[in-house]
Amino acid sequence: MEFVYEVEGGDFTKAGNASSAVKKTLKQLNVNPKVVKRIVVALYEAEVNIVAHAYNGTIKVTINSEHIHIVLDDKGPGIPDIDLAMQEGYSTASSKVREMGFGAGMGLPNMKKNVDELNVSSEVDKGTTVEMITYL
Amino acid sequence: MGKQQIYHALKVDTDICYGCTHCMNVCPTDAIRINDGNALILKKRCIDCGECLKVCPVDAIYVEQDDLEKIFDYECRVALVPAVFTGQFPTQITEEEIFSEMKELGFTHVFQAEYMVDVINNLMNEQIDQSEEKPLISTFCPAVVRLIQVKFPSLIDNIASVKPPVDASAAFYKKMLSNQGIPTDQIGIFYITPCAAKIAAIKGFGQNTNDMINGVINMSYISNKLYHKIKNRKDSLKDLPVLPHLSSKAMKWSLSHGEAEHMQGRTLSVDEIHNVIEFLEMLENDDIPEVDFLELRACDQGCAGGALLQGNRFLTVERIKIRASQLENEIEGDELKDHKDILQDKDLFITKIDPLPAMSLDQDFSEALKKMERIRNLMCYLPGIDCGACGSPSCQSLAEDIVQRKANLSNCVFMQRMMEKNRKLSSEHATRIIEKTWGKQRLDKDCRKKGAKNEGM
Repeated sequence: MEFVYEVEGGDFTKAGNASSAVKKTLKQLNVNPKVVKRIVVALYEAEVNIVAHAYNGTIKVTINSEHIHIVLDDKGPGIPDIDLAMQEGYSTASSKVREMGFGAGMGLPNMKKNVDELNVSSEVDKGTTVEMITYL
Repeated sequence: MGKQQIYHALKVDTDICYGCTHCMNVCPTDAIRINDGNALILKKRCIDCGECLKVCPVDAIYVEQDDLEKIFDYECRVALVPAVFTGQFPTQITEEEIFSEMKELGFTHVFQAEYMVDVINNLMNEQIDQSEEKPLISTFCPAVVRLIQVKFPSLIDNIASVKPPVDASAAFYKKMLSNQGIPTDQIGIFYITPCAAKIAAIKGFGQNTNDMINGVINMSYISNKLYHKIKNRKDSLKDLPVLPHLSSKAMKWSLSHGEAEHMQGRTLSVDEIHNVIEFLEMLENDDIPEVDFLELRACDQGCAGGALLQGNRFLTVERIKIRASQLENEIEGDELKDHKDILQDKDLFITKIDPLPAMSLDQDFSEALKKMERIRNLMCYLPGIDCGACGSPSCQSLAEDIVQRKANLSNCVFMQRMMEKNRKLSSEHATRIIEKTWGKQRLDKDCRKKGAKNEGM
């Protein structure tokens, strides 16, 4: 089964809508609440990243009896050095933004912690693709 | 998980209910359907929040309560009264007067449900300090606890294990009276409840039944009786009971912010059930900043908004605040060390709270997946108007009910039109379907229905 959600960059009022919809679906499918929580935390983080950094994007969720497969595809500035971005504490946020409590550099590491498989590919000035897989 | 007997306090009077869908549309857990002209409450999903009772235009939804006569089964008849009860009376009437009238109703003792607030407050603060799952969610509102069990099972571990003050107060009084030499089986403690959820929590389910409280009496019933007595009183009251005064804090405990203002760290209070749901959704997404303590209340304005209270909730809040301000100089209430000899752990802490998830389509994942595919397919046909004319609260829930074999596609009035047009359904059959949902003669002219020209005649 496949679900597709559109995400608009810059619209923080709608950030989290896709995550909430996916959460509702997973609860209906009787997925273990602990697993649901982990997937949603990872997906929410990724969804907000599109809103915060990209122009627009889509989230595609595929659910079958083996796994929950989520692909987030955005058009945006991209990530120049993915390995660096995967390091805990690394952030491109300015000190001003950090003072506001954002940009702790935990985004991608946090996603990785909450799913079984995380693949990130990116092209600067084109966009980023994040793939998250959780096995059931 | 085996079938647990869950007690629900909310019932539908099928003689009065005419299936108007108001309750179905406000139910926060989609627990109501219309069948045979009546509202039907789905036990697995109901959290006893009382939204249906509040919205019902004909008072067809009621709470199952203990008869006042039941108190006379006991020699020692204790009314356990929450502070919002006194908030229903003008502030010129003193608490002593109110409580003394209670005795005229047959109670031998009147005690305050918030008596143990300070003890509970301290225990909760200790737990906030030690807790790994942040935020700690208060157990004060039983509808919220049930909501988490049913709809947010992943947040079960966030629920505190400290009991609400009413439980601790009941245990304290019962033991105090028994220490005075009254046989325990002759002590009847009756809680005067502002809501349905408290009834359900006390009547309980599984291992969490309350054995300290012997009965629950509807607050609106008692306040009607008292109002009548006070309005018709000729002579002044003779002996006013002497009561320990509550602290100002305890008086305001059940109002919104009542708990949160006294807990350590960063605290937040959210009231009204739909607001609570919105907030718990965010909490599940990890989308809220670090908060130490969450006070969540199903009713707007906390217990002042309880379904069984009379009068306006904002006026109730004001009256309680006035009463509380007169208590500003009262010393803080009792501490646990004062009652160590009386109270045991089981009076203060709840046993484990089990998740009771009621939103899943099937216990089995692959079955649930199949059902969901069918639902998505059905949604291609349903109109998406959420009119409720099928007897389910939305097109989505009709689709779910169809997949669960509890409804048919032809329950949808728009689908009926299409089927008639395609000659797959005769109009006689369509009428029968509608009558099955809405009751016989429902489509007949009736000038005595609510809003019609002969209403009330």
